[in-house]
Amino acid sequence: MESNELLQIVLFVGLLCVSTPLLGWYIARLYDESKPLRLPVLHEIEQGIYRICGIDPSEPMNWKTYAWTVILISGVGVAAAFLLQTLQHRLPLNPQHFNGVDFFLAFNTAVSFVTNTNWQAYSGETTMAYFTQMAALCVQNFLSAATAIAVVAALARGFSRKSSRSIGNFWSDSTKAVVYILLPLSIVFAFILVQQGSPQTFKPYAKATTMEGTEQIIPLGPAASQIAIKQLGTNGGGFFNANSAHPFENPTPLSNFLEILAIFLIPAALAWAFGTMVGSTRHGWVLFGAMMVLFLAGLSVSLIGENGYNPVLNVNAPMEGKELRFGTAGSALFATATTAASCGAVNCMHESLSPLSHLVTIANMMTGEVIFGGVGSGLYGMVLYAIMTVFIAGLMVGRTPEYLGKKIDAFDVKMSVIGILGSSVILMITAAIAISVKAGTSSLSAQGPLGLNEIIYAFASVSNNNGSAFGGLNANTVFYNVITAFAMLFGRFTTLFAVLAMAGSLAAKKIKPASEGTFPTDGFLFLFLLIGTVVIVGALNFFPVLSIGPVLEHLLMISGKGL
Amino acid sequence: MSAKAMDSINLFDPGLIRAAIKDSFKKLDPRVLFRNPVMFIVEIGALLSTYGLARDFLSRGNFGFDLNVTLWLWFTVLFANFAEAIAEGRGKAQAASLRQSVTGLIAHKINSYHSDTTVSKVNEQPGDCITEIGANELRMGDYVFCKTGDTIPGDGEVVDGIASVDESAITGESAPVIRESGGDRSAVTGGTRILSDCIIVRITSERGNTFIDRMIALVEGAVRGKTPNEIALCILLASLSLVFLLAVATLPAFALYVEKTTNQIGVILLSLPVLVSLLVCLIPTTIGALLSAIGISGMNRLLRHNVIATSGRAIEAAGDVDVLLLDKTGTITVGNRMAAEFIAAPGIALEYLADRAQLASLADETPEGRSIVVLAKKLFNIRSRDVADTHGHFIPFSAQTRMSGVDLVNPAGGGVSRIRKGSAEAIQRFVNERNGIVSQAVSDAVAAISRQGGTPLVVAEDNRALGVVNLKDIVKGGIRERFAHLRLMGIRTVMITGDNPVTAAAIAAEAGVDDFIAEATPESKLARIKEEQNQGRLVAMIGDGTNDAPALAQADVGVAMNTGTQAAREAGNMIDLDSNPTKLIEIVEIGKQLLMTRGSLTTFSIANDVSKYFAILPALFSGLYATTSVPGPLMALNIMKLASPQSAILSAVIFNAIIIIALIPLSLRGVSYKPSSARRILLRNIFIYGAGGLIIPFIGIKLIDMVLVAAGLS
Repeated sequence: MESNELLQIVLFVGLLCVSTPLLGWYIARLYDESKPLRLPVLHEIEQGIYRICGIDPSEPMNWKTYAWTVILISGVGVAAAFLLQTLQHRLPLNPQHFNGVDFFLAFNTAVSFVTNTNWQAYSGETTMAYFTQMAALCVQNFLSAATAIAVVAALARGFSRKSSRSIGNFWSDSTKAVVYILLPLSIVFAFILVQQGSPQTFKPYAKATTMEGTEQIIPLGPAASQIAIKQLGTNGGGFFNANSAHPFENPTPLSNFLEILAIFLIPAALAWAFGTMVGSTRHGWVLFGAMMVLFLAGLSVSLIGENGYNPVLNVNAPMEGKELRFGTAGSALFATATTAASCGAVNCMHESLSPLSHLVTIANMMTGEVIFGGVGSGLYGMVLYAIMTVFIAGLMVGRTPEYLGKKIDAFDVKMSVIGILGSSVILMITAAIAISVKAGTSSLSAQGPLGLNEIIYAFASVSNNNGSAFGGLNANTVFYNVITAFAMLFGRFTTLFAVLAMAGSLAAKKIKPASEGTFPTDGFLFLFLLIGTVVIVGALNFFPVLSIGPVLEHLLMISGKGL
Repeated sequence: MSAKAMDSINLFDPGLIRAAIKDSFKKLDPRVLFRNPVMFIVEIGALLSTYGLARDFLSRGNFGFDLNVTLWLWFTVLFANFAEAIAEGRGKAQAASLRQSVTGLIAHKINSYHSDTTVSKVNEQPGDCITEIGANELRMGDYVFCKTGDTIPGDGEVVDGIASVDESAITGESAPVIRESGGDRSAVTGGTRILSDCIIVRITSERGNTFIDRMIALVEGAVRGKTPNEIALCILLASLSLVFLLAVATLPAFALYVEKTTNQIGVILLSLPVLVSLLVCLIPTTIGALLSAIGISGMNRLLRHNVIATSGRAIEAAGDVDVLLLDKTGTITVGNRMAAEFIAAPGIALEYLADRAQLASLADETPEGRSIVVLAKKLFNIRSRDVADTHGHFIPFSAQTRMSGVDLVNPAGGGVSRIRKGSAEAIQRFVNERNGIVSQAVSDAVAAISRQGGTPLVVAEDNRALGVVNLKDIVKGGIRERFAHLRLMGIRTVMITGDNPVTAAAIAAEAGVDDFIAEATPESKLARIKEEQNQGRLVAMIGDGTNDAPALAQADVGVAMNTGTQAAREAGNMIDLDSNPTKLIEIVEIGKQLLMTRGSLTTFSIANDVSKYFAILPALFSGLYATTSVPGPLMALNIMKLASPQSAILSAVIFNAIIIIALIPLSLRGVSYKPSSARRILLRNIFIYGAGGLIIPFIGIKLIDMVLVAAGLS
């Protein structure tokens, strides 16, 4: 690894450590209960939205109402995204005259964007009209991220409120997330991307004549705006099929660096903001620290894999499948980040990565996307792990486990188990079905351990709402469109509902003042316990299948045998 | 059978073990085992494995390894049952002898009880108004007559008479106690025996719900419902087990795909016994097996401290307590005020004052009086003289004079010297009557002592006030350190006292309690408990009187003293048979220890999984890409260098079973516990049970593998 690559990583971690408390402070102030933040223009926009939609932002919601509202907005989102796709040939801004999207594909894509997964069974530049990209997909990029941020705000209230039935108002929480957080950041980032070379245009695809004299079509479109939110909202749905490996989506090493930073920006800040909202900024740092340690561990393994010697190919640090302008470190960093956070954008083809990187990327997703994770969803997933950690280890101090002043009872344990293990369950079931039936295996391009990787990567990706693709798997079949849509829905909403139910249960409890006898959750000890729980409870289930997938692949490679 | 004698029941008593082994088999009944989801899964696994064994035996006849594995799977279930059975067995032995004390009891029921029915009336014509019935026919509200030698047929309240009662059947304390009508000593317990006199008792509990009945049910574990934490833990363990079940159940699909697409069909070990072994090793069997034994033994530990909890929930709550309300008298201070110092008036030798004070107290049998004698002896080595030798005439304390003392005949002749001790006002009067005056220094000393919460006792000889004796509440030795420990554990102590705020503050400071309620009334106690609870804290208190009942009921952990009233005993959720107010601290410690044991073994159990993967996975998959001479690449995971796939799997299963047996003593005894801050306790337990849980199985499995190889079993 070259020194500038190392510098890139150090700079990345350093910037994140600076941005986290700044943006975290901003978010915490935004959702502050006593004196919420008001910014001049943004406040007017926010109030305007309430007026137009007839929303009373102060109306209290209990967890069930909150959850039903999430269902409502998600259901409407799926329906709208579905209709916009299937009817795009009748709608404006379709310069390439694409037909309406096929039924199953449109359904799969609608579910995919609403669940913040952005699994793409389609190829953007040959399927979607500009209007579809903007109105169906880009809108859901904002809404799905805002929904998860709202849930974090509700969860934080579960801890900060006492003997309360309400956990806030979903409309207010999500509107604030869009207006104050996602929109401003996206606008700024889109301008940077345009400056770096991403297109933002309604013009039809350009025609060019190559040096050989053949005609080439160069896809264009309003790309920069969508790329900005796909990174910031950890959505990951590329404008073009090649995603951030495409020169228009990710033109330069600088844009590459910023895109990776954008993935972690909000999830990291939310950890800090959550800690502050529940009255323990130190705990926010502990959550951030656990995420960072897990991320760096994965990154190290991935870098070892990418820079290692491949005896089968007889090369060092193979570049096959990677973009030269990003290099091995830029690719490994992007791959680790995009799978750790449930972004799903890619800047290289993951199947071309080393077996160790396969292991890291798959394991990152299997932990339930809590290593920074998706915007909002990563943090609430990590809080579920924290509750499980508190419960397992907390008994060891000799009292009923408490987390942030709230007693953890059977209901909370049940919810954290459902939230954490729900996606594992659906992953195992759907992957086992897919690998056992012809409709599943016929989509695979590889066999043996690598074929197994293709399939477990795909299902780890959809059931944990990551959305990145390994490559090699033909996902646009009826079988895959249906089963992955099911996995995405199940993975997203079991966790989300478990979190809301728990927020409701916690808000109703009293707050127990901390004492010397309280299980400490704001120090290094808890940080490592949390990591231990993520690894042992979250990932260990998958150790058997991983050992005949990426682990076997790696061992075969270093023995020089190949697959 | 006494509670104290329970100590003597040996864990490894052969009779107990024999009974427990028998019970282990009885508990194999799926309807019983169903309540423990983790072990239920193991049993189903063992059944499946047995089925696979039988099927394969019919087809191939080669079954050495499968038989071994299957046997050990059954052992795993049996060991878990054994852990529970042995914990219950200890209780059963206790229950059996308790039950003996109440079988076949005869009750003398009073036919028609009126408010004027008295012991003496019944004694006059016993034949007329008494019917002999079996104790089990008694109903609540019946009145029974009990005389010397009778065993009291049921729980009740003395409505007339006074008797000395032997309660050793329950408390293990052989010294008789007095039970009398009215006041705070009116409660009697069924199964206890009257040593002298007669009483009339109103039965206050239904048959089957008496104290002894409840005690029997408790020690037998029959009513031991799962506690909140236990339920939560069960949910966690069951869910983890379910996910592992799914992981193992889906594994063949993935494995078969790899086999098929690489043309290596049949190289992965996927027989039923192997898959079941993998599952059983991964699910948290250790804690699943020991969970109920831990709960039962918590109850037993409490019982060994002579405390009876009405539910497991109460013990658990004791571990969570944030605030202890403690009565000053008897808990923080020794029961009575004691002489702590002599302050002499100007011109009087301190030793002289001590000598006179001792003389004045020689015949005073009150604890205060005796403490003066003792203090004088301690400070100045003034030996307590025989009352008769002094030729003195003793003046006992009277409410009118508010003084006591002695009139000494001067042996040299010359009259009588009158020595008195008493309250400042009384002595003032006494001295003034004899034309003396109490000096300003003495008055100052009196005021100072009062301010500090002591009781000043002025000593005078004729017309001279000699000085003052300071009677103080004596804080119990070691209590300060205990409170410091409690503070370390995050528990605040609040002293309840009837004293005025000044006195209370002085004692509170000396004892090191965090707070106090002075001039306490039942209302102020109740209000304080509610206030603490509103702030999210859990409160424990101990009490005995009827006026304590509301507070005991309101407290999260209410410990009633056995000597207390029936009302107090009903209101609390624990009863301290020793009636020792300091017991509350031990109860809290037992509660904490119970939770810690549970948490430690859970952590241990989950941490164990890591090593088992490294034992079983290479065994399962080493056939992939293997050549005749070289095992497959996944053999690299065999970091323990276990001899063969079969011995690896068998070793893991055997370790998994044996660790249950090995940890039974720990789960019955509880993890060792020293009061300390949560941070330190956590660090220590993480180190022992977390890190230990990661490392120990690596060593254990390797050792078992070596034994298996040496024994030629693999």
